[in-house]
Amino acid sequence: MCGTCGCGGDGTNNILLVDKDHQNGHHHHDHHHHDHDHHHHDHDHHHHHHDHDHGHHHHGHSHDHDHHHHDHDPIDDHKKKVIAVEQDVLQHNELMAARNKGYFEGKNILALNLVSSPGSGKTSLLERTLADKKNNITFCVIEGDQQSLNDANRIAAQEVPVVQINTGKGCHLESDMIYDAVKKLNPTSNSVLFIENVGNLVCPAMFNLGETDRVVIISTTEGEDKPTKYPDMFLSSQLCIINKMDLLPYLNFDLEALKENALKVNPNLKFVEVSATTGEGMDAWYTWLEHKMKATLEPQP
Amino acid sequence: MHELSVAMGIVRIAKNELDKAKASRITRIELEIGELAGIEFEALDFVWPMAVKDTVLEHAERHIQRVNGKAKCLECDNEFTINQVYEPCPSCKSYLKGIVEGKELRVQALEVE
Ligand SMILES: Nc1nc2c(ncn2[C@@H]2O[C@H](COP(=O)(O)OP(=O)(O)OP(=O)(O)O)[C@@H](O)[C@H]2O)c(=O)[nH]1
Ligand SMILES: [Mg+2]
Ligand SMILES: [Zn+2]
Ligand SMILES: [Zn+2]
Ligand SMILES: [Zn+2]
Repeated sequence: MCGTCGCGGDGTNNILLVDKDHQNGHHHHDHHHHDHDHHHHDHDHHHHHHDHDHGHHHHGHSHDHDHHHHDHDPIDDHKKKVIAVEQDVLQHNELMAARNKGYFEGKNILALNLVSSPGSGKTSLLERTLADKKNNITFCVIEGDQQSLNDANRIAAQEVPVVQINTGKGCHLESDMIYDAVKKLNPTSNSVLFIENVGNLVCPAMFNLGETDRVVIISTTEGEDKPTKYPDMFLSSQLCIINKMDLLPYLNFDLEALKENALKVNPNLKFVEVSATTGEGMDAWYTWLEHKMKATLEPQP
Repeated sequence: MHELSVAMGIVRIAKNELDKAKASRITRIELEIGELAGIEFEALDFVWPMAVKDTVLEHAERHIQRVNGKAKCLECDNEFTINQVYEPCPSCKSYLKGIVEGKELRVQALEVE
């Protein structure tokens, strides 16, 4: 819908608790087919021309910061009244995010929002992390995907509590979905909650979920210039995991250039280099994780 | 991206305000959108007619006040305009900076009658 990523936000999210025994039993997961031709609905009902919506770009205004230029002929518009709204469009999301954050802080939950392009290895990284650490750390997972329970089933196979959110046409998670999913999960105190966002480097950056930290994953099969092409995701993250390091010998990937670009966007970004497939480098990720867990347990100065 | 959900969020705010004001219709909406807000203006134009169809904004004239990016260097306190978040401070070349303007995404005002 929105050009490249197909963001719909039509409110048809599905939130399902998936457990190991039932992971293949949720046979109704196809019961609502989101037909992707939402561009064309209602076109035969048009009885208005929308031409007046176009052309109001006023590009000339963009370079002066004068907000008081619009008092056009107030005498003519005597019935008209101007309401000062001054409201952030994302305010609703921010309010719910603050609620989530308060909940996480109250229960000493380290909530990590994992964001990346599709296929960078978020689920693979989680699978290995859970397998390696579930005996020492209490985990639970929220999986965000447009369709299917595939990723939640992969997590459920690790016998870790997981909720799948299907966003339908929406291409990112929003804080109210997390609020609902957390109610279903009911995570225990002093635990780690992984939130795997929908694979998309654009929109999820704008939607605060109330997470403790944001982790951006990029794999060696992607371009070194991704941080400057999609800066918001790197700007808003605290950690960058570079995945698929096992493929480095076969690729023309300049690791240092990637880091340089990412640090231009966000000089405070930290990096760990891993292979979710071979397990190489995972210890550095666990060190970061354990350090963060300690920090959430200690009262903030 | 996700300009459609942003446009729908704008419609929701406008509807609430119209109800509160007990006015009958919105004739104009003023938005303030920063160049670094993550909104593609062309994409917003593209989805706007779909988003406002059959809503309180269907016949409202839309005005967008664009706000240029502005950052403050954390090393030397220099304030400078930026077009991209990864641009360094022009005076000391540091990338450490706070963005002070350009992230706005707000409904500023509605004209109702
Ligand atoms: N060689 C190699 N392949 C990997 C690695 N990590 C993941 N993959 C492969 O990359 C593909 C995508 O991995 P996923 O873990 O499903 O990626 P994802 O980010 O969860 O994908 P979406 O949820 O669809 O966005 C799979 O075929 C994985 O086997 C890695 O470290 N090395
Ligand atoms: Mg996945
Ligand atoms: Zn989106
Ligand atoms: Zn989008
Ligand atoms: Zn400077």
